[in-house]
Amino acid sequence: MFSDSELVLLRSILQQDLLKAIWETLYMTFVPAAAAFVIGLPLGVLLVTGDEGGIRPLPKALMKALNALINLLRSVPFLILLVVVLPVSKLLVGTTVGSKAMLAPLAIAAFPFVARLVETSIREVDAGVVEAAQSMGASTWEIITKVLIPEAKPALIANFLVALITIFGYGAMAGLLGGGGLGALAVNYGYYRRKEAVLYVMVILMIVLVQVFQSVGDRLVKKTDKRSR
Amino acid sequence: MIELRNLCKTFRSADHTVEALKDISLTIGDGEIFGVIGLSGAGKSTLVRCINLLERPDSGEVLVDGRDLTKLSSKELRKARKSISMIFQGFNLLMQRTALENVCFPLELAGVKREAAKKRAQELLQIVDLPDKAGAYPSQLSGGQKQRIAIARALASEPQVLLCDEATSALDPKTTQSILALLKKLNRELGVTVVVITHEMRVVEQICTRVAILDHGEVQETGLVSEVFSNPRSDAGRRLVLPEGEKIHVLPENRLVRLVFNGASAGEPIISTLAIEQGIRLNILSADTRSIGEKTFGEMVLGLPQDETEAARALLYLRELEGVTAEEVTSYVQ
Repeated sequence: MFSDSELVLLRSILQQDLLKAIWETLYMTFVPAAAAFVIGLPLGVLLVTGDEGGIRPLPKALMKALNALINLLRSVPFLILLVVVLPVSKLLVGTTVGSKAMLAPLAIAAFPFVARLVETSIREVDAGVVEAAQSMGASTWEIITKVLIPEAKPALIANFLVALITIFGYGAMAGLLGGGGLGALAVNYGYYRRKEAVLYVMVILMIVLVQVFQSVGDRLVKKTDKRSR
Repeated sequence: MIELRNLCKTFRSADHTVEALKDISLTIGDGEIFGVIGLSGAGKSTLVRCINLLERPDSGEVLVDGRDLTKLSSKELRKARKSISMIFQGFNLLMQRTALENVCFPLELAGVKREAAKKRAQELLQIVDLPDKAGAYPSQLSGGQKQRIAIARALASEPQVLLCDEATSALDPKTTQSILALLKKLNRELGVTVVVITHEMRVVEQICTRVAILDHGEVQETGLVSEVFSNPRSDAGRRLVLPEGEKIHVLPENRLVRLVFNGASAGEPIISTLAIEQGIRLNILSADTRSIGEKTFGEMVLGLPQDETEAARALLYLRELEGVTAEEVTSYVQ
């Protein structure tokens, strides 16, 4: 099926570059995911609590601006956003190529998505429970930290998993524009040099990684959720 | 003491406005079990939610122990709320916490140390008869058990007032009985003032001392449960107590007597005693009575005999019965 020279190349890639590529892929997934989570969690909570009728309504204009910003960032396709944001990377890490340069664009692409996912997770919390906490004299901060986030935890984990896999996908795409990892190997060898064996192996590895993320995440959700026993 | 003065609340949406509360004034004494009864949409829930300001009235005062809650800062209000607990129709337990952790919740808010809170929560579970469910999650409990946990949680802050918003409406009759008995016990033993919001007469009958009938956002009448339910004066009251009281029948032929049963002994066969011992036959025209425990409540309309002396003797007999009020009427409601 594949020529001998192709298989030799594949073997040398597997021996020399694979571990580094896997490491870069994980790095480009988890670091931006963590950053997106740190920004997206408070933002998503704010979208719920600051809403008209939320526990701490904020000025309508502010909420509209916030929603508009999130929608705007979400409507730009990732590769285009990447091109636009790369100068920021240059500023932050001094380069526009390699895995490190992809961190900021990935985080910027992911946090609005995470904010929306957090918003939907938090909205699922029964309003009655929030009301009960209010009737007990809980402050806004106490309601957020002791009611909204803990009660939404299973949904938050499940949705964060969705975000993680999306970021993983973006990271692979970043291979087209100078990023590293499995995506870069697949693009550089499989697309530009027509070495399909490398392409297929990379695709299989990526599928396996996603499966691992998903099944670990699913187990975590099941363990966390105390509603269905 | 809770005093509600001239509460008004109107809900507005784009197409219509609903006046939920129209100039409501009520006084609820310390240690009493006060009922607010009304059909759905009468404004009961809005009223009870005004007592802890979950709903802020458009105007009026909410005085708890002489302090107007509507004038407090949000920090002071949060503090005041810790002495006014609430239980709900939907229980509203934290689903991701165990029963014990749910009861700990208000203690955490009060800054009680973890170990002390756990110990106190365990005691509270004892009070509500669920000491063995400490580690159970709400999803593993029945409705009645959930409400008991909610009650334990409500008691954790040692409140002076316990607001019950349709707290038994989602429960079956037997469980309702046990929850009501628990509320009564807590009222007696802890002296907590209980405000019960319900659409069910039997709930009020069973535990309340005084009741207010709410209809269309207005208090129609207030009084002792025994008086209001045996002799409702307002239209809304009559509709509640005599649910099908719409058609009025006038029978000019016979003299009519209305018997109001207010705790008469259920075992006493009034009609047959009259027939057998006195030879007086009465005609039962309508009856709507119910037995609660050993006692009878409700009313009955009897047609007296044509014979004047027999009618007088029957009236005399009926008037002397204990727990029954007899009065002559010219029309009756069926």
